[in-house]
Parts: sequence; C-alpha cells; structure tokens
Amino acid sequence: MSDLRTIAETTGHPHRDLLVEIDHVVFGYDASRTILNDVSLAFGRGKVTAILGGSGCGKTTLLRLIGGVYAPNQGTIRVDGKVVDANDPEQLFALRRRLGMLFQFGALFTDLSVYENVAFPLREHTDLDETMIRDIVLMKLNAVGLRGAAGLDISEISGGMARRVALARAIALDPELIMYDEPFAGLDPISMAIAANLIRILNDTTGATAILVSHDVAACFKICDYAYLMSSRGKVVAEGTPKQLAESEDPEVRQFIRGEADGPVRFHYPARPLAEDFGVGA
Amino acid sequence: MAPGPARERRGEDGAGAMTGLLDGLGRRALEILRVLGHHATFLVDLLRACPVALRRPYLVIAQIHAIGNLSLVIILASGLAVGFVLALQMYYALVTYGAAESLGLIVNLSLTRELGPVVTALLFAGRAGTSLTAEIGLMKAGEQLAAMDMMAVDPRSRVLAPRFLAGLVSMPILAVLFSSIGILGAYVVAVLLIGVDAGNFWSIMQSGVDVRRDIGNGVIKSIVFGFICTFVALYQGYEAKATPEGVAHGTTRTVVIASLGVLMMDFVLTALMFSTP
Repeated sequence: MSDLRTIAETTGHPHRDLLVEIDHVVFGYDASRTILNDVSLAFGRGKVTAILGGSGCGKTTLLRLIGGVYAPNQGTIRVDGKVVDANDPEQLFALRRRLGMLFQFGALFTDLSVYENVAFPLREHTDLDETMIRDIVLMKLNAVGLRGAAGLDISEISGGMARRVALARAIALDPELIMYDEPFAGLDPISMAIAANLIRILNDTTGATAILVSHDVAACFKICDYAYLMSSRGKVVAEGTPKQLAESEDPEVRQFIRGEADGPVRFHYPARPLAEDFGVGA
Repeated sequence: MAPGPARERRGEDGAGAMTGLLDGLGRRALEILRVLGHHATFLVDLLRACPVALRRPYLVIAQIHAIGNLSLVIILASGLAVGFVLALQMYYALVTYGAAESLGLIVNLSLTRELGPVVTALLFAGRAGTSLTAEIGLMKAGEQLAAMDMMAVDPRSRVLAPRFLAGLVSMPILAVLFSSIGILGAYVVAVLLIGVDAGNFWSIMQSGVDVRRDIGNGVIKSIVFGFICTFVALYQGYEAKATPEGVAHGTTRTVVIASLGVLMMDFVLTALMFSTP
C-alpha cells in the first residue's frame, strides 16, 4: 500500500488502485489539542484495511474526516480521487450515498424495528416499491443471519445482534466503501467471530473497500489485507500486512501487538514526581 | 505633592479591577451574542427543513400523535380542574355584587384569552417539551443523528422538522380543548351545583365573547407559545451534551426557558392584542 501511495505522491495524481487517500492530515477538535498529527494513509480499492491503535488515538476521528463530518486543519483527504470538502453539502451528500458506516454501538434507530432500520436508507434514497424493499431488506438480513429477527424491536435484540443489524443497514445500498468503527467492541467471542467473518465475506462477495478501526489485534489480523498502527500521539507508527506487523521488531508495535502493560507506551499518565505529590523524600 | 507608593498601588489595583470588570463584561456580551447567533442559525436551518418534512406528511402526523394526542389526558384533566376552580372563585366574587349571571362570560374570557393558551403551553413544556428534548438528546447520545447524517439523511429534515411542525399544529388544538373543557367544568359547578341560571350562563357568554378578538387572539397566542416550547425543546435536545447529565440538563432547561419565554411573551402579546377596549 505504501508503494502505491509513493507512486501517487510522486506523480501528483491519485492512484486508481486507491479508493481513499489521507495526505499529511493534521486535525484537532480545538486549538489546544491535536488529535491527528501529520498522518498519511492509503486504502486500496476492494481491500480490507485496518487502523489499529489504543483508545483516544484518533482512529474514529479519521473515519469522521473521511465521511466529511469534520474538515482537517491541514492536509487533504481524497475519496476516489476527489478531495473531500466538509463545507460542500452537495458533494458530501453524493459521497455519503456511496459509503456505509457501522457505528461502534450500532446506532440503530430505537423507535424502528429491525426490518425498518434496514429499510431506512432504501426508503430515504430510492423510489423502490414495498415488495422490492421487502426483498432487499430480507436479503441483507439473511446475509447477516438475522432474517428471522426482522420483526423484532431493537430493545429485544442483543448487542451482537444489534451490530449485525447495523451491518445489514450499512450495506443496504451496496456501498463502495464500508467503514467499521470498533465492530468487535463489547462482543462475546462467538459474536466477535461472526462479525469478523461477515466483514471478510461481505468484502469478498461485494468487492467493496473496507476500513476497519479497532484495537482488537487478533480479530483484525485474521481478516485484514493491510493494517496501520497509530500511536497515542496521533501518528502512524507502523504499517504493513498482518504478517509484517506481527514480525516487527519495533518496540511500540511489539508492545501493542502483544498487549504488554508497560513499554514505549507508558503505564502512568504523565504526572509530577511521586515524592512531590506525597511530600516525602528529596 | 507626589503620590506615595501606597496610593500608587491602590491606583494600580483600581485600574486592574476596572480592566477585569470590563474584560468580564466583554466576555459575557460575546457569549450572549454567540448563543443568540447559534439559536438564530438553528432556527433558520429548522425553517429550511420544514418544506422537506411537509413533503412527507405521515412523519408530521406521527409526531402530532406522539406529542399532541398523548398530551390530551393531562390537558383535559387540567382544563376541567381549572374550570371548576375558576367558576367557584368567580361566583364568590360576583355574587357579592349580584352579578353571578355574568359568570359564564368571565370564565370564558379568562380561559380563551389567557388561561387556555398559557396553562396549556406550560403543561405542554412539561409533558411534550421534556419528552422531545430527552428523545433528541438520547438519539444524539446513541449516535443515531450522526448515523443519519452519514447516510446522507439530514436529521433536521427527518427528525427535527416533523416534531417542530407537530408542535405548531398541536398547541392551538390543545389550547382550544383546554378552554372548552374548562367552560364545561365551570358549567357543571355554576349551573348544576350552585344553581346559576343556565340560560343566563350561556347567553351572556355568547353576547360578550368576540370570536376574532377573544378566541382568535387566544389561538394566535397558542401558536406563538407552540413555537417557543417546541423550538426550545428541540434546540436543547439537539445541542445537549451526549451524556446522561447533558440530557438531564437539557430537559431541565427546556422547562425553565420555555415556561419563562411563554410568560414573558404572554405579557407582550396581551399588551399588543388587548390594549384597546
């Protein structure tokens, strides 16, 4: 992926094999704190690319920048060669029609049933008749194994099922780009395996490009083609195939992948010396 | 004589305090302007979204049912109670002057001009307003609004505008029902229990009430109050912090701001509508 990005940077033209390009982006929600610090990432068309990193390192923010929810302070984001302009509602509308997003906790509409949640984007963006909508909704629910749950209310389904319903809703319009925000968070091992398989199978069958944000190394490495590792400083510290990252000798990469409590990423939040806080020694 | 060091220090302290005061005032003024500007932008966005919502009337009708129909019980029960009490109080006052037959007229004017629109609006802010704020706030906390946005669906058109229009439609209907049931309550107390003449009760009311001036202005008031209550409720929900505390603060602010807004606007509207005899 980095080779493709180098070609794109050298020629000045977007590479046709890259669907999303993030180029030297700097972003902070306010001036006092920078979340993303000059990050560059590229997402290959038709690939599953994971963004790994600890909580608060800016992974979800990256997805929101790609979706045009926020504008970067510096740098550019391109989707299919076009620079995303967060201040252009028409362009954003066109962009968002082509992407599906799975939110961390599903973000299902609690006043609608499972069926109506999946039907929502179809009703909003198409003029399909009710028979066609029914067929598509049941097909999508069948793909995630929940055709039988179509009539249930959102309050009647478990967290894992909610994530699958949200996935069915995200793919209702057959998007080119699917963004998954922490799809494995809070799931039991069976639900996690189901979710991981679904992401891979959907990608293989539809050919969509998938961006997967997670801190679950094992689940991501099983299904992704390429991965980026971000640090708490809002920087990309490593990238490569799962095999390359697993074999990396970089201390920060090793600490994250092996889940070590202390290392380059410190256990303690920066603080004054112990002696000063407890009034002893010195 | 040259000023001493103490006097100089007092002078510097005074100047510092004045600068601090002006600084504080300036910050406060800027904050007020920012909040007003934010409200104005939100209102313009909401009004722009209304035509889109009107193209799907079933969304508005569902909200009229949710915030109007479901407020009926509290509105009717309160209207009846207010009618009972008003009739009793007015009877005790009027009978002293031998004017008990005018009771129907007094009750009617009190209800249609003032109590109907105002009490309905206060109840609406407490019942439907808080419900709207909590619903929108929780949708925001659950990322439902963000999800809609990412699906290229404008939450203002899909969620806010139908509720806003439903509030505008529901409030005058509820206020008219409140006044009507209040008059019936007054009839029960005055005519059936106390024994005021039924013919006088209705005929004096009929001759003394002007449909345009009294009932019409009451309806206009309730539309304005509906605007205030619904707008405040939606704004507080949409701008609430996406936390349980944020939603709780939002619902509290809805009741406080909407109630004060209704009472202040009632004074302004009454002065404009009924200043001439």
